[in-house]
Amino acid sequence: MIIDVNVSLSRWPFRRLVGDETADLVARLRKHGVGRAWAASFGAILYKDIGDSNARLAAECRTHGKDFLLPFGTVNPKLPDWQEDLRRCHEDYRMPGIRLYPNYHGYDLRDPAFAELIKLAAARRLIVQIALCMEDERTQHPLLHVPPVDCAPLPEVLKREPTLRLVLINCGPAIRGHQLESVLAAGEAYCDISMVEGIEGIARLVERFSPQKVLFGSDFPFFYFESALLKMRESGLPESTKNALEEGNARRLLDSVAT
Amino acid sequence: MPSRRTLLKSLCASGAFGLARGQPTSLRAGEPAGRLRIWDIHSHLGSVPGDTTEKRMEVLVRCMDRLGIERLLLSQGYSADKHPTPDQFREENDRVMRAVKAFPDRAYGSVYLSPAYLEFSLQEFDRCVRDGPMVAIGEIEADMRVNVPEMDPIAERAIALQVPILQHEWLKAGGNQPGESTPYDVVELARRHPNLQIVCAHTGGDWELGIRVIRSTKNVYAGMAGFDPTSGATEMAVRELGAERVIYGSDVGGRSFASQLAKVLGAEIPEYAKALIAGGNLRRLLTPILRAKGYRV
Repeated sequence: MIIDVNVSLSRWPFRRLVGDETADLVARLRKHGVGRAWAASFGAILYKDIGDSNARLAAECRTHGKDFLLPFGTVNPKLPDWQEDLRRCHEDYRMPGIRLYPNYHGYDLRDPAFAELIKLAAARRLIVQIALCMEDERTQHPLLHVPPVDCAPLPEVLKREPTLRLVLINCGPAIRGHQLESVLAAGEAYCDISMVEGIEGIARLVERFSPQKVLFGSDFPFFYFESALLKMRESGLPESTKNALEEGNARRLLDSVAT
Repeated sequence: MPSRRTLLKSLCASGAFGLARGQPTSLRAGEPAGRLRIWDIHSHLGSVPGDTTEKRMEVLVRCMDRLGIERLLLSQGYSADKHPTPDQFREENDRVMRAVKAFPDRAYGSVYLSPAYLEFSLQEFDRCVRDGPMVAIGEIEADMRVNVPEMDPIAERAIALQVPILQHEWLKAGGNQPGESTPYDVVELARRHPNLQIVCAHTGGDWELGIRVIRSTKNVYAGMAGFDPTSGATEMAVRELGAERVIYGSDVGGRSFASQLAKVLGAEIPEYAKALIAGGNLRRLLTPILRAKGYRV
């Protein structure tokens, strides 16, 4: 069974995608052997009424994928009273984590509001996902140029909040080499494979870091799901490593939240 | 441009796609990547681990085997310099020929040259293609856009020997590099040479624009390599251009075979279209030169 830690519901703002209806997305993921998926909402990227986006996300997951889709709501710490959004995600919707889009929401990782959000999320034992980018900068809509997130402050953030469980998704060219290494080494931090590139890219990634630090994430439906699946195959990982990436690491992370 | 009926007939006759043999061509967890005959038009030795060309090819072939890729069109060698000198072009072409020699059943070579060094490039074409083992031109990338008049003699050589050109191009939101081609430039050259077969290496990268740019110029093909595996790219290319004008490529080693192959295997398109994109179209483009050189098609 695969646990996919990076899928999105709702509509990508710039084009319709195969799989952007929740029931269809669930059917397609199941067909590929996914047993559970961590789902956020594309709507949260641009909505100012992020409370509505989170409520819809929770309802969609309940309706179409109970015990299959795990909702990851979004909190924007630049919005007034964002603390209530965090409370609802945790207490009302019982979400295991949240997904942040700092570059779309207009803050960097040195912002005191981000520090406050991380502190509260860690106190609630929520998994925090940060989407480092959503789209190649070179292909973005000309009216919406959004540079990738600068991860340089993250090692310090992890040291300051030792109970934080951090998952970096969409680790494209925004974060390479030593920077990723220093983030993953600084605490309980993980990265997904959705934007890992290069020949045998995942094998090289797990060689460099611990296989315990890497999670299967497809970025479906923005990316073809087959990309993640085939990259796993191209990398020729030993069965134990493959199982850790596809299921074990994410399951352990979820269990740690549950306990 | 051959008719779809003719293409289908020839594909089925040669067993070019698995459906003809009752084998699966879609991907499921735990299954092999299908039985398509996959040829990759766009591959390099650069960024591939290994101290020698042969070692790097071993890595590529190992990955090809895992994904069911039959053959590569290899170019640019190690791609070590963004602005190569003639000596460096020659060295990179030699690397490619060594790699192909080591794995003659898994790769063909494509000659790297530049309109910035026209005389040298024509000689290099003769050395590597006319008199050597290579079967295509490209990926042309460095220093000059493809619409310059210096490309005309290169295009004429390509037409004379019936070899395709693979041309780097992008449409970058932040603007291209100086000398970097766009799909518009490719179209300009293609219209000056209607008998030329030219493949956009990246279809703009911003494929929603790139596909439209090349749509009305029938001798321009959409290469699907080297941009993110964004859902919908292949579907749009097939809808707007026809599957006969869409070609799989990876752009390894900067990219993986896998993420780029996902654009074919994951697309919501008919099986015959997948067969054409995965390899049928490239084999059709290369057939004249492969036959001329006595290679098995």
